[in-house]
Amino acid sequence: MLTAILSISALGLLFGLGLGWAARRFRVDSDPVVDRIDALLPQTQCGQCNYPGCRPYAEAIAAGEAPINQCPPGGEAGIRALADLLGVEPLPLNPENGEEQPPRVAVIDETACIGCTLCIQACPVDAIIGAPKLMHTVIAEACTGCDLCLPPCPVDCIAMVVRTPAPGAWNWPRPQPGPSTAPRLPAAASRTG
Amino acid sequence: MHGDPIEQAKQAGRRLHSFPGGLRLRHNKRISCELPVERAALPPRLFVPLLQHSGREADLLVAVGQRVLKGDPLGRLDEAGGLCVHAPTSGTVSAIARHEISHPSGMEGRCIVIKPDGLDQWTKLQPIADWRQADPAALRQAIRRAGIVGLGGAVFPTSVKVREAQERGIHTLILNGAECEPYISCDEMLMREQPDSIVLGARILQRAVGAGRTVIAIEDQMGAVHQALQAAVDQAGVTDIDIVRVTTIYPEGGEKQLIQVLTGLEVPSGGRPTDLGLLCQNVATATAVARAVTRGKPLVERIVTVTGSGVRRPRNLLAAIGTPISNLVDQCGGYAEGAARLVLGGPMMGYALASDANPVIKAANCILVLTDDDIRPAQPELPCIRCGECARVCPALLQPQQLVWTVRAGLWDETGEAGLADCIECGCCDFVCPSHIPLVEWFRFGKSELRRVERERGRAEQARHRYEAREARLAAQKQERRSRLEAKKRALTEEGQKQQRIAAAVERVRKRKEGES
Repeated sequence: MLTAILSISALGLLFGLGLGWAARRFRVDSDPVVDRIDALLPQTQCGQCNYPGCRPYAEAIAAGEAPINQCPPGGEAGIRALADLLGVEPLPLNPENGEEQPPRVAVIDETACIGCTLCIQACPVDAIIGAPKLMHTVIAEACTGCDLCLPPCPVDCIAMVVRTPAPGAWNWPRPQPGPSTAPRLPAAASRTG
Repeated sequence: MHGDPIEQAKQAGRRLHSFPGGLRLRHNKRISCELPVERAALPPRLFVPLLQHSGREADLLVAVGQRVLKGDPLGRLDEAGGLCVHAPTSGTVSAIARHEISHPSGMEGRCIVIKPDGLDQWTKLQPIADWRQADPAALRQAIRRAGIVGLGGAVFPTSVKVREAQERGIHTLILNGAECEPYISCDEMLMREQPDSIVLGARILQRAVGAGRTVIAIEDQMGAVHQALQAAVDQAGVTDIDIVRVTTIYPEGGEKQLIQVLTGLEVPSGGRPTDLGLLCQNVATATAVARAVTRGKPLVERIVTVTGSGVRRPRNLLAAIGTPISNLVDQCGGYAEGAARLVLGGPMMGYALASDANPVIKAANCILVLTDDDIRPAQPELPCIRCGECARVCPALLQPQQLVWTVRAGLWDETGEAGLADCIECGCCDFVCPSHIPLVEWFRFGKSELRRVERERGRAEQARHRYEAREARLAAQKQERRSRLEAKKRALTEEGQKQQRIAAAVERVRKRKEGES
């Protein structure tokens, strides 16, 4: 009887120590769920979700504090992806957070810019360059179209413009239902065998 | 069959194999092969698009009013290894304007409008004196300077392909003369009329990439071509060029399909022919290379097939890049009665153009004018009946009926895994579909979307990095400010204590003095 109690206690102690050591040795610093949610968010860092950036929103979703329908730039597709990942029902986008828009880019009217640097400080991705009392400009490639530079501008010289694809980056359109207006004309190439 | 793939690839063309799927189509080539190739008359205005390949528009090198000579560079694209668009004739740049650019979207792009002066005067050319002694790098430079792209339709910069071949090492050069799409006959006419120049181009390319052997693949239906090419090979006195006739079955002229026919090997998914030690070039590209190296002439013209029942006298024309299509059709007797649709490219892979003001571009191998009788009447799309006919004809061994589902549903990860990127858009599946589902339209859309999703992911990744870097910088700045503040506070208190000690010492001394007195 005593042997049994002792050996079970010894085993419990041993495994406890092993688990304790493993928990320290293989500790994961960040929450992998947060990383995976963050990977699905569009990284506009616009704050329309009422969190200061995509990662804070991801943390709030992971903690169960925020619903998945607060990200307008991600749109319906983003909500679907989040729902898939978290195994919940997709929700329609919350209109209080804004509506889905085509990708846009900020453009500074360089003749009107007074060089106040306020927009530079507001930009979450450092996509505006300039110096005090000198003209500022947007690095279009890095701009996420978050709108955050608009409110601080004292002279309203920033406009949001829809990104237009260059002819080279043109995409084939989604086929429309109904009789095909396809340019391709297979009937002209009749089959012989 | 299970030996080393490179060794097996070295036997290219010695025994013929086959590729899966494909269709036997009515050829319709003879109508445009009856008349010899004729040089198209210069139009009053040439419209040279700055966008003639995938990517962005080339950077402009000329200004309005400037006089240019034939072969002067007009635009340059650094991403494609400094690929240039050249002036197709001598004259004045009368405008740089937006104009149709023969793009499948129908959108306009920047064109350099040239008013020819009628002299057709070449700029100073820099031919390579003796290509037999030339350094392969110098040959590649000549190809790059001449702005040569793959003339089979893919318009991939040839110098980039050659550089990759030089780096990877190539044993066999394949010249693709198997023009499998119905109606198109520009390569066939070229091989009939200029076999010497093709053989010369083959030898130069062979030297440039260090290949030991060349295989020129032609279709078994091209009777006269074989003799012409064989005579040219014999005349050149070379033994390392073989001419191979492959069975005419669409799409055996596709690069991957042709390699499969010649070697029995599949180019791996996402791979290139160089993985097998092969380099594949179109025969017209080879003649352009020969012209560029031996005479220093850039690519400013190409043979275009103008054909179809909507043209009075179908034939092949040697047209300057930038010639409006209407000029070519006029030269072929104009439109026949009932001409209904204008297609750039062949009936399987070509696309419709909205107007004949579109110019000839480097990729334009065929201008097909069709009458109403040729066009399949618009039929409503029906649900897929899972007959599997599309999978049977797919030369890339894909499952089009499954792929179209994933594309429609927007399941991009699944679509990528199912191999959409391997689709060559040959149109076989579409052609046989009894439900008239526009499969290739869906696949083209899907490929665009896959690229877009990829681009957006890259952009998001970049934004994440920039955001994190900024957060880190702000945190570091805050930390720095705090520590500076603390240091100052500490210094202040230390300063205060010092003052107190001095005051106390002064006080002591004063008291002592007072005591003494």
